[in-house]
Amino acid sequence: MRTFEYHAPTSLNEAISLLQEHGEAARPLAGGTDLVVQMKEKATKFAAPSHIVSLLRVPELSGVSFSESEGLRIGAGATMSQVADSPIIRERYRAIAEGAALVGSIQTMNMATVGGNLCNAAPSADIAPPLLAFEAEAVIVGPSGRRKLALEEFFLGPGKTALAADELLAEVRVPLPPPGMGSAYDRHTPRKQMDIAVVGVAAALTMAGERIERARVALGAVAPTPVRAPQAEAALEGQAPSDELFARAADVSAAECSPIADLRGSAEFRRHIVRVMTKRMLREALDRARSG
Amino acid sequence: MPKQLITLIVNGRRTEVAVEPRWTLLEMVREELRLSGSKEGCGTGDCGACSMIVDGRLVTSCLMLATQVDGRDVVTIEGLAKNGRLHPVQQAFIDTGGVQCGFCTPGMIMAAKSLLDRTPSPTLEEVREGLAGNLCRCTGYAKIYEAVMHAANAGK
Ligand SMILES: Cc1cc2nc3c(=O)[nH]c(=O)nc-3n(C[C@H](O)[C@H](O)[C@H](O)COP(=O)(O)OP(=O)(O)OC[C@H]3O[C@@H](n4cnc5c(N)ncnc54)[C@H](O)[C@@H]3O)c2cc1C
Ligand code: FES
Ligand code: FES
Repeated sequence: MRTFEYHAPTSLNEAISLLQEHGEAARPLAGGTDLVVQMKEKATKFAAPSHIVSLLRVPELSGVSFSESEGLRIGAGATMSQVADSPIIRERYRAIAEGAALVGSIQTMNMATVGGNLCNAAPSADIAPPLLAFEAEAVIVGPSGRRKLALEEFFLGPGKTALAADELLAEVRVPLPPPGMGSAYDRHTPRKQMDIAVVGVAAALTMAGERIERARVALGAVAPTPVRAPQAEAALEGQAPSDELFARAADVSAAECSPIADLRGSAEFRRHIVRVMTKRMLREALDRARSG
Repeated sequence: MPKQLITLIVNGRRTEVAVEPRWTLLEMVREELRLSGSKEGCGTGDCGACSMIVDGRLVTSCLMLATQVDGRDVVTIEGLAKNGRLHPVQQAFIDTGGVQCGFCTPGMIMAAKSLLDRTPSPTLEEVREGLAGNLCRCTGYAKIYEAVMHAANAGK
């Protein structure tokens, strides 16, 4: 690793000031499970940072909280273990807990943060599709204050986000799920744990009696960023759920995504997996919506 | 870059260490503290040979900077034996033959200890999951899982 100066700010303001002062030469560090790996690589995609700003001691970024009026707040510094083990997330935001529980091993989950997963902006980031399906918002803090952005607009491309160099992701806000909503996330990987998604699919269905009132489908690893599948959602809304409907919606989501071919699979293979996984996640979300 | 002084607890003992900002926790423990039980297999979080317990949680020390453990509590494989007696998990690895070349063993034992701290009577499936971040090139895992189940039963 190239050498750098290490800063350990103890407030969000101090962290932002450090980023402002050192500009492009500085890099925020959370759990390090992406950044430290990248800094060890000889040919890094980015210039090796000469200032590391550790977010470990910034209290404003930590923890998970929930209220019936405000919904869920996940601090950018919350670890995947905290999210996967949170009783409220497991109960009301099931797909988010499922995404967090898939991030590497126990060791990885204990270090990896939600903020790091989102800011690293891998198309395969496992926490992204479930958060998109719940219509989460990113809360961004910079020198001129806070701004909120729909998570969909946060991702700009592989490794690219809407954050300026002197901004931090402070937290993610997730609205209260309506009554009658069920959600699910899973991914396809050759190995169950310790692998990167070939395709990830999150689904959230809100039932009004026997009709689907609202449908959200979000996909990972099949486009330059994690994405919603709006046409599949439209095909589902207002309809009565059935295997035929889910098969049709799955065809639509496979058609509307834009997978690439790489060593983990060809584009055609990925579309096929999107179809299979979308059907499976819709069925799972429906079961959960019905069992309340 | 000048060294930075950090204070932490290593295996129950308060320790001050001067570290270079770019050192990982693993490098500091092996090269500065001379505790060489923890191994570096991959350096990228994939093999678990470097597993340590920081503030009660299992981590891969090859991805944590030494500066990040300032003020924290670190347990390495050297910290498990008490008063010359092996930890039950260590003893179980010996008794069941869960060790061949031994390279993965310190990490496996840390992961197993951490699992049993959380889940004292795990199912085989829970043992598999708890050790999924630890690779072994020798044993084929059966003996390792057996050792952990054995330690769990011995602890009852
Ligand atoms: C063995 C292993 C297995 C893995 N498996 C998976 C997996 O299955 N699924 C998956 O999605 N990922 C996986 N990952 C990748 C990684 O663990 C996750 O992306 C993780 O969530 C990153 O979080 P972190 O806290 O470690 O981020 P860091 O590495 O600390 O940071 C990542 C990036 O985000 C920036 N950053 C961090 N926090 C903020 C913030 N609050 N504001 C602005 N920028 C910020 C950093 O500057 C850096 O560019 C794996 C990694 C390893 C090592
Ligand atoms: S050396 Fe740390 S996980 Fe392999
Ligand atoms: S005993 Fe040799 S790597 Fe596990």
